Amino acid sequence: MDRGNGFDFQGNVGKALADRRLRGNLQSAMATLRTKRQAVFVDPAELEALRLVGQAIKQRALAQLPDLLRRLEENCTRNGMHVHWAETTANANRIVLEIVRQHGARQMVKGKSMVSEEMHLNRFLEENGITCLETDLGEFIVQLAGETPSHIIVPAIHKNKDEIARLFQRKIPGAPYTEAVEELNAIARKTLREKFFQSEIGLSGVNFAVAETGTLCLVENEGNGRMCTTVPPVHIAVMGLEKVIERLSDLPPLLRLLTGSATGQLITTYVNLISSPRREGEKDGPSEVHLLILDNGRSRIFADPVFRQTLQCIRCGTCLNHCPVYTRIGGHAYGFVYPGPIGKILTPQMEGVQTAGELAMASSLCNACEEVCPVKIPIPALLRRLRQRFAETPHGSALARHLLLERWIWKGWALVNRIAWLNALVTRLTAALAPHLTAAGPLKAWCQVRRAPEFAPRSLHRQVLSEEGVENE
Amino acid sequence: MSSISRNRILARLFGALPPGTEIPDLEPALAPPGEGFSSEEAIRRLKARMAAVNAEIHVVASGQWRQQLQAIIRTKSVKRLLYGPDSAVGRALVAGWTEPSRDGVEFIAYDASAEALKQTIFQVDAGLTGTLGAVAETGALILKSSAEEPRLLSLVPPIHFAVLDAAAIYPDLATAMQALNWSTAMPTNMLLISGPSKTADIEFTLAYGVHGPKELVVLIRT
Repeated sequence: MDRGNGFDFQGNVGKALADRRLRGNLQSAMATLRTKRQAVFVDPAELEALRLVGQAIKQRALAQLPDLLRRLEENCTRNGMHVHWAETTANANRIVLEIVRQHGARQMVKGKSMVSEEMHLNRFLEENGITCLETDLGEFIVQLAGETPSHIIVPAIHKNKDEIARLFQRKIPGAPYTEAVEELNAIARKTLREKFFQSEIGLSGVNFAVAETGTLCLVENEGNGRMCTTVPPVHIAVMGLEKVIERLSDLPPLLRLLTGSATGQLITTYVNLISSPRREGEKDGPSEVHLLILDNGRSRIFADPVFRQTLQCIRCGTCLNHCPVYTRIGGHAYGFVYPGPIGKILTPQMEGVQTAGELAMASSLCNACEEVCPVKIPIPALLRRLRQRFAETPHGSALARHLLLERWIWKGWALVNRIAWLNALVTRLTAALAPHLTAAGPLKAWCQVRRAPEFAPRSLHRQVLSEEGVENE
Repeated sequence: MSSISRNRILARLFGALPPGTEIPDLEPALAPPGEGFSSEEAIRRLKARMAAVNAEIHVVASGQWRQQLQAIIRTKSVKRLLYGPDSAVGRALVAGWTEPSRDGVEFIAYDASAEALKQTIFQVDAGLTGTLGAVAETGALILKSSAEEPRLLSLVPPIHFAVLDAAAIYPDLATAMQALNWSTAMPTNMLLISGPSKTADIEFTLAYGVHGPKELVVLIRT
């Protein structure tokens, strides 16, 4: 949910860290995703070569972005699709509503789309009397719970099955309480099946839009995306303008990178390539296909050649899975649509550093995100650049003053490590006082959500001294 | 509104690219094309990949596929089979069914629009399609939508039977795209299918058949 200026990052983080169940769910889920990814990218040299290809394809596409968008529009139009452009999410919502109204539609089924989350489309359409139904199982759960996705690939990852069991029983008429995942799936399937045929509009995102042929590529495992793009008479696809690629032959490496990084799959169950509405003589498929291209700050990001690299992102979510911060606080704490490392660079650029620049501070710059990024976005470097910008804002400089204490602590640390007698004194004192340090004061609060550091009773320096033969070294 | 937005967006993007902006070359970065391999090896790889994601694979001599498919249809107690009456596999299967009584299997022709057949389509037990080919490296069937084989055939029924010719198994997707000339004639819908529909959205517990077919049965004709 966009909380705009009411965004309280520190508060969110505090709440998330105190939530033991959330942390447990996240820790095991992220470990699973990391292990699965490793299982498909077994050869580091091959992975590195593949990532270089992915980076080259996206950089090449960005270097000719406006041309490719025009070519995409031209080819999609020639194939019989309608192409729309929106500068802002408000414009995009109005365009969708207009299409919905033209068809007198009351209900829409939705496949998973982060751009539609960016637009807050569900809320907007509900306010206008249109029912939106999320059909991806994870999104369906999140919608039933009245929440927003906490992960861009596995939206309901913060919930475990007994929470979902209670939710289904409470919200779906006639649903029994069951913790059997198979049965929970069956309930969702049954609930959603008839909706596909009742709905006049199906909405989806786009993973890659191929300029060369005017083709929309969508990947998924469940089949709900295929349902949304095949059964209703009208299909609306929404995409960020950075999703365009030059040609079909760019797809194979990008697909490998996307599905391998996102879910540790060699390929998803379905790779769905849509090039036109139903043609003469065909028996199914929508008779109208609309492609909506959204800017929402992307062209501004594009204007800076360094920040432009943000737009290489293929939304695989693997930087979330590898981020020590995301793994501990989850997606909701970030307060905006895109969480994790990619959110930390994307959100401040989209919403402005004054509003969301603080997100760039939530990183230890450990570089894990850059190491795993399938298109090699230098996320830590961009974070540092955003921190510079943030520090120049009133909010940022206020926060920097707040961090004065931290600065003095580091100065003290440097001093202690330069002066031998002071070092000896402090290490001895620390060892002696260690058990009491975390019992009260600021360290007690700090340790409530962190493991307390264990200090050795004797410093390394003293231990080494007692070893034979090192006395004079 | 849309065209004003369009022009403004494009103007901003063009404005950010100084004239003479170099388009980085892709060729040196591209991985070498996949090596070809024997038909047996292609089948072996495809089978291993697809079986790993719970697809059921049968390799059958070209002349035997109908008998084999009939046997599978009986074992799975399929009562209502949806098929494309003008598709090659659909015609062949129905015409060649050995039992005149058809073992109580009802063949339902997908011969009208989905809107007209709505109720029927959602009540069949299985759907039958041919395939354009397959990709061995990742394990996936290639399906192309057509008037003869509509898109919902492989999506709505709980079981999807797909017939594949071993000769049409390509080592990787890039090779398949080239061989099948994708860039010149994309159909309404081109589809890669690697297994039955699945989800792991609840605690990563794998479950099959969440929206699409619960079972994918592939007959590879050699």
